[in-house]
Amino acid sequence: MTTPTPGLRKRSGKLKGDTINMSHGGGGKAMRDLIEDVFITAFDNAHLDLMEDQARIDLAVLTARGDRLALTTDSYVVDPIFFPGGDIGKLSVCGTVNDLAVSGAVPLYLTCGVIIEEGLSVADLRTIVKSMKEAADRAGVKIITGDTKVVDRGACDKIFINTAGVGVIQKNLHIDAGRARPGDLILINGYIGDHGAAILGARGDLSIENNILSDCAPLNGLISDLLAACPDVHCMRDATRGGIASVLNEIADSSNVCIKIKETAIPIRPDVRGMCEILGLDPLYLANEGKIIIVVPGAQADKALQALQKSSSQLGRESAVIGEVKDGHEGIVILQTAFGGERIVDMLVGDQLPRIC
Amino acid sequence: MKYVDEFRDPVLAQKLIAEIEQLTAQILKENKRFADRPIQLMEFCGGHTHTIFRYGIEQLLPKSIELIHGPGCPVCVLPMGRVDDCVSLAERPEVIFATFGDAMRVPGSKKSLLQAKADGADVRMVYSPLDALTLARKHPDREVIFFALGFETTMPSTALTVLEAEREGLDNFSLFCNHITTVPIIKAILDSPNMQLDGLLAPGHVSMVVGEAPFHFVADTYKKPIVITGFEPLDIVQSIWLLLRQLAQGQCLMENQYARIVTRDGNQPGLAAIARVYQLRDFFEWRGLGSIEDSGVRITDAYARFDAERKFPVPNVKIADPSSCQCGEVLKGEIKPWQCKVFGSQCTPETPMGALMVSSEGACAAYYNFGNLPELMALKEKAVVAK
Repeated sequence: MTTPTPGLRKRSGKLKGDTINMSHGGGGKAMRDLIEDVFITAFDNAHLDLMEDQARIDLAVLTARGDRLALTTDSYVVDPIFFPGGDIGKLSVCGTVNDLAVSGAVPLYLTCGVIIEEGLSVADLRTIVKSMKEAADRAGVKIITGDTKVVDRGACDKIFINTAGVGVIQKNLHIDAGRARPGDLILINGYIGDHGAAILGARGDLSIENNILSDCAPLNGLISDLLAACPDVHCMRDATRGGIASVLNEIADSSNVCIKIKETAIPIRPDVRGMCEILGLDPLYLANEGKIIIVVPGAQADKALQALQKSSSQLGRESAVIGEVKDGHEGIVILQTAFGGERIVDMLVGDQLPRIC
Repeated sequence: MKYVDEFRDPVLAQKLIAEIEQLTAQILKENKRFADRPIQLMEFCGGHTHTIFRYGIEQLLPKSIELIHGPGCPVCVLPMGRVDDCVSLAERPEVIFATFGDAMRVPGSKKSLLQAKADGADVRMVYSPLDALTLARKHPDREVIFFALGFETTMPSTALTVLEAEREGLDNFSLFCNHITTVPIIKAILDSPNMQLDGLLAPGHVSMVVGEAPFHFVADTYKKPIVITGFEPLDIVQSIWLLLRQLAQGQCLMENQYARIVTRDGNQPGLAAIARVYQLRDFFEWRGLGSIEDSGVRITDAYARFDAERKFPVPNVKIADPSSCQCGEVLKGEIKPWQCKVFGSQCTPETPMGALMVSSEGACAAYYNFGNLPELMALKEKAVVAK
């Protein structure tokens, strides 16, 4: 068998039928049609066109950009798979890109492993894959290798996606959850809780209508603007599951410091606040997919804030300083409430459950 | 947010706190009984406990006021044997067991509903009893049981759900009824020998249903000031101010701070639905407090076919609380949560031993999650170091 020439290989496979069935995971012609027609056509890059079992990356390309490789993986099982502001495809790219970017890495390549429940409509699959491609383009990354499995009905829920990503960290950056020091200030790049509220609304079992969109977005552009203005970022984490409360606790714990945040300084949309009020949820624990907690030396907070607010990515316009790192009470996060009192903000236990009365 | 932020105004709070400080000083000066103990006020309701912790109200008050967090969290006072009954019902193959989320993690003697779900039981989290009715309509071949719990606040909604099931002729729906009543438990607390309460914040949502009248006995018979209280932070601070004003003036009255919601006679259609569907049980078992007369309700004979306890066999075994747990003493205000032998060590929100650690409205969970008192900070720091 001869190796196909990149770019010239004729794409013959066309996916037949309206839904995915077990034969699409069988390793035969139907599977090849699925991979070629849906994934390779959409992702459209030379690495994939080779149809090899692995992507091959030129090391020189990587070493030219920095001195450390960042590698991460994440699995996406969101329900529902389509939600206001995004879908599982967009999420699977943005989430992994953000996990790389918060280390200071420039994200470059992603993998894509997909587990499909038989019966998923081909149209839905195409939409999801298109979202992945759009998000990858926006983030400037390429999806260069992948895998597809089809499982029996009930063995997974519609579609699960795993993406792994690699990026390169520049020499001068040392971002680490253990580097927060007393005197540092804590920033966030905008409204909290949008993703969690959008998903809750989209599930429909609460009969609450809202117009809240998920904040799902690739943040590498914003982070690159931030690091250009303020390379001495001490800590940076994306506040996904468990919300900003969990990330702040992780930082307080790793750095052995006390973190004090101010309720009135935390940006939150009235819609999200209203939904939390009705359901008895605490927005500090609501998931985000486009928000980062940033810890910078106090003297550089203004510069960092300006860089975030003025970033051409438009993903930091509502950025704010929400708190500070303090001495004493190591490992503890304290919220100064709008009412004037103080309370501890602990890690979330289990799911955030609505109160019963 | 309109109609919410007005009740959380920090400036108004500061004014009230200043007056509370003055009143407290006056009470301490004029009453010898407070020479060696604080003024003890109990908020009965778990919703109040949650607000107090969420907004950090306790530290705004003078040190000589001690808030005692009462037993008004229905999840917390559910005895272990009843949780075992839930698990036994949920594990029946024909059953879909529908419950509010808070109840999922309450430990039974062997497992919680969350564990039963992981082991294969069909347990569904719902947000309203009507959601359970929807499940019954959707699954005519299954038996849907709704785990009804709560004080009078939630009784009308479950009673109306039973009435709706009757109207629709749904015969695959039933309630596992664990509703409890407020007045007998307040009486039990006030009769408790070690109790020194100086005033009570009465539950606003219960009062919305039952009205003002059932709470007069606290002032009339027990000579304790009582104020029906709303759930926003200013509601609570204002109610504390009202209680202190009574103490300062040597009065004991039933006052209604939550008059924007609570009427004298309560919610008549709600009370009518309760009377139709429920009748008092002779006794009901409370976790940490034991068996209390007239403190629970069951479904009336006329609606027996909607009663899961009569439709299915339930083990109905009484299980003693773990001996190291001091939930009862905490519930009665005899000790503070952090003074319990297992608080923060064997009993945490992740692995609750006692029910007070389970729900976010439970006093122990509230202290553990939100507390900001020096004792608690020290404890948490110790836990962090141990990690």
